[in-house]
Amino acid sequence: MEEDEIDLSALSDQELVEQMHDDLYDGLADEVKEGTQILLDRDWVPYKVLTDALVEGMRIVGVDFRDGILFVPEVLLSANSMKAGMAILKPLLAATGAPKSGKMVIGTVKGDIHDIGKNLVIMMMEGAGFEVIDIGINNPVENYLAALEEHKPDIIGMSALLTTTMPYMKVVVDAMIEKGIRDDYIVMVGGAPLNEEFAESVGADAYGRDAAMTVELAKQKIAERAAA
Amino acid sequence: MTDRSSTLLIACGALGADAVAVLKQPGLDHVKLTCLPAKLHNSPQKIPELLRAKIRKGRQNFSDILVLYGDCGTAGGIDAVLKEEGARRIEGAHCYEFFAGSNTFAAMSEDEPGSFYLTDFLTRHFESLVWRGLGLEKNPELLPLYFGNYTRLVYLAQSPNDELIEKAKLAASRLKLKFEYRETGLFGIQNFLTENVH
Repeated sequence: MEEDEIDLSALSDQELVEQMHDDLYDGLADEVKEGTQILLDRDWVPYKVLTDALVEGMRIVGVDFRDGILFVPEVLLSANSMKAGMAILKPLLAATGAPKSGKMVIGTVKGDIHDIGKNLVIMMMEGAGFEVIDIGINNPVENYLAALEEHKPDIIGMSALLTTTMPYMKVVVDAMIEKGIRDDYIVMVGGAPLNEEFAESVGADAYGRDAAMTVELAKQKIAERAAA
Repeated sequence: MTDRSSTLLIACGALGADAVAVLKQPGLDHVKLTCLPAKLHNSPQKIPELLRAKIRKGRQNFSDILVLYGDCGTAGGIDAVLKEEGARRIEGAHCYEFFAGSNTFAAMSEDEPGSFYLTDFLTRHFESLVWRGLGLEKNPELLPLYFGNYTRLVYLAQSPNDELIEKAKLAASRLKLKFEYRETGLFGIQNFLTENVH
């Protein structure tokens, strides 16, 4: 070990979690993996490792991205680090019956092949206990309808990066209305050029400005439906 | 000196050289050109308010203000500013569209949604705006995350030469995309200016 390297195993739980937040912020995947394993070895339940160390770390990254302190390359490196930790936790989460928040089908709309934002949303939604079915990129309306039919999710999520492709979200919502299934699902939309006004104009229930906010809105919308 | 009968053209810095070339033509040589920094290409959310400031400053000296920006990923942000400030812009979602022409660009996008476009300017500044701008110099492992869904690089050439074409080919190779070349010229900008400068 080099002189300035930190021995993660020598840290207290609290110090280690804080160090993992820093390592996530700095995109240090190996260190995040190591920290995840150490917490598990200390008998932390996988769900607690996920929420306290990884999700909270990515939440901090998300806030600084929104505030213009971090940029896309740094966020991608952080996301890669979270993925590295998630790879250890995922099988354990399934085995230990972590709480389930709901189910989402998500995809990028027809004509658009961008998926960085969508993939960040998937990661954060999974981190929050959602089951997410990713239908990928360049999806015509038929793909969304087929996925709704097959998976019966609570939420349908649509993503677009281009101003030329984002109007396609309305095509999907209109098709749902035509089939009489619009109100069976929570419709969420997101993507860099979107805003609240646009989401409203296509008939969506919510606009996720960023991955962390999408998770909060998803939880809120599901709670509202349960209470209705 | 104030000349309120004249026209100010506010352009994206990435289009500055193209605008200069077009403005040399007879009937357009009285148009004054000013630019916003080309690096805003990577942070379009900053464009509308910077454009507003530029328009307001220009209003002190010019009666007519034209804008060489597409929507450029601002989701109507540029158009909202232009409406409020009484200026007008070239049609199109971005420069790729007004260089290629709307119909041609729509056909290219439909034919292959995974197309990454370079113009003369972006080819010249590929290293700083794309490669370093996306952090690929320090973190080449991010390449598949950015470009994994793209299949081709289309060089939309305005005033090409052999050196630029080779640079665009090299860019395609570095991004692991197949290369396609289309010469567009400057007709989009030329038509916009000749129709709007009085």
